Amino acid sequence: MEHIKTLNTKNLQNTVKKGGCGECQTSCQSACKTSCTVGNQSCENK
Amino acid sequence: MSLIHRYQSNGYNIVLDINSGCIHLVDLVTYEVLPFMEEGLSEQEIVDRLKDQYPEADIRTSVSECGKLKEQGMLFTRDVYENIIEEFTENRQTVVKALCLHIAHDCNLACRYCFAEEGEYHGRRALMSFEVGKKALDFLIANSGSRKNLEVDFFGGEPLMNWQVVKDLVAYGREQEKLHNKKFRFTLTTNGVLLNDEVMEFCNKEMGNVVLSVDGRKEVHDYMRPFRKGAGSYDLIIPKFRKFAESRNQDKYYVRGTFTHHNLDFSKDVLHLADLGFKQISVEPVVAADTEEYAIREEDIPKIKEEYDALAKEMIAREKAGKGFNFFHFMIDLTGGPCVYKRLSGCGSGTEYLAVTPWGDFYPCHQFVGEEQFLMGNVDKGITRPEIRDQFGKCNVYTKEACKDCFARFYCSGGCAANAYHFQKDINGNYGIGCELQRKRVECAIMIKAALAE
Repeated sequence: MEHIKTLNTKNLQNTVKKGGCGECQTSCQSACKTSCTVGNQSCENK
Repeated sequence: MSLIHRYQSNGYNIVLDINSGCIHLVDLVTYEVLPFMEEGLSEQEIVDRLKDQYPEADIRTSVSECGKLKEQGMLFTRDVYENIIEEFTENRQTVVKALCLHIAHDCNLACRYCFAEEGEYHGRRALMSFEVGKKALDFLIANSGSRKNLEVDFFGGEPLMNWQVVKDLVAYGREQEKLHNKKFRFTLTTNGVLLNDEVMEFCNKEMGNVVLSVDGRKEVHDYMRPFRKGAGSYDLIIPKFRKFAESRNQDKYYVRGTFTHHNLDFSKDVLHLADLGFKQISVEPVVAADTEEYAIREEDIPKIKEEYDALAKEMIAREKAGKGFNFFHFMIDLTGGPCVYKRLSGCGSGTEYLAVTPWGDFYPCHQFVGEEQFLMGNVDKGITRPEIRDQFGKCNVYTKEACKDCFARFYCSGGCAANAYHFQKDINGNYGIGCELQRKRVECAIMIKAALAE
């Protein structure tokens, strides 16, 4: 493409079918304890 | 609302396709074309609007490229998750997978901003007994269903004031995990005052993560984190934290600080920690009622945003120079990351995650401890007020009005229930300053990825 560079092709919609196993880390267990950040967490079920 | 979030940062024109999570770097003509496309204008109409600013051929190829991305489900993607998440939260089996054990409601520091009120959480000083802790781990195993990975955070107050119980509970957990086919991940959060070689050695063997509380520059740290008699704690803890971080190979730990109204130039604190050699850094805005003199106020937001921008630029420069470090709130996983269920259903407080007081009471999370209307049960009787669990279980991005129009909703999953409750008396509310800063951090995190992708 000439005008657009896409950084990631991962599509959230693709996680609808396979997601929801719940094995991932609980958000507050990492560092924060005062906010809620999930975008940086890893999936345990790749 | 718009299906995309467009912004310019550090020379990049960035487009987030909100519902697919796809991120596009675009040129200026495309940046201008996109809103017209979303309005539904035809190619010719877009050309007519923009032909005085850009060559017609460029406008047409830009429209064509945007059209292709739309066909591929990477642009102007619709939100199809609302029904799915409702079904998911209604049908999922409620299991507990994480506990925050309040090993000590006591502390050897007297931090000014402590939500635990010097460790006591609106209550009395107390240490958790091994018996209570053991029952908590038993409860976790019994209520975790088929979940294999279980998390336990040793929290306080200051957990090293009750260190023997921590060690005994780890030993008990290791014994039980074999019997029940589980895997415990232990975390310790400490202020470092009682940290010594024996503690470090034990943690390096047993703790999947350690959180080391330090605010940054000495004067900033010592002002907010004094001993009870007023002396600062920086000089005592820093050498120990540096040694600890090195002994963990600069991984699986965080130095974790809080910034307040008094150090709005907090990027200097982050960089101070980086200059000390720390590679895993989290420095976060204090959450406090606006009656507190150190609270973050609405008028502080522009300055804080500038600081995030400055920090992001410096992090890019350091990364390119081979001296990079991780900043927790700028970490974003664009290639993997959590599934949409996780992104929509929040932190799990009150359902998957519970806090346990020294005497064995359950609360939805550490920040609700001491608020009696949220007392959910205890280690002897289990969950005695399932209605509280159900209330938290129903909480998701779509039950929160403020999230519906927010581009960052898939990155904070609706924000912190405790913050929402403390500011709006409703766990489905929101904490406006926190939201504003969260959005800025997501923008910075994406911009960093863009810069490092070059």
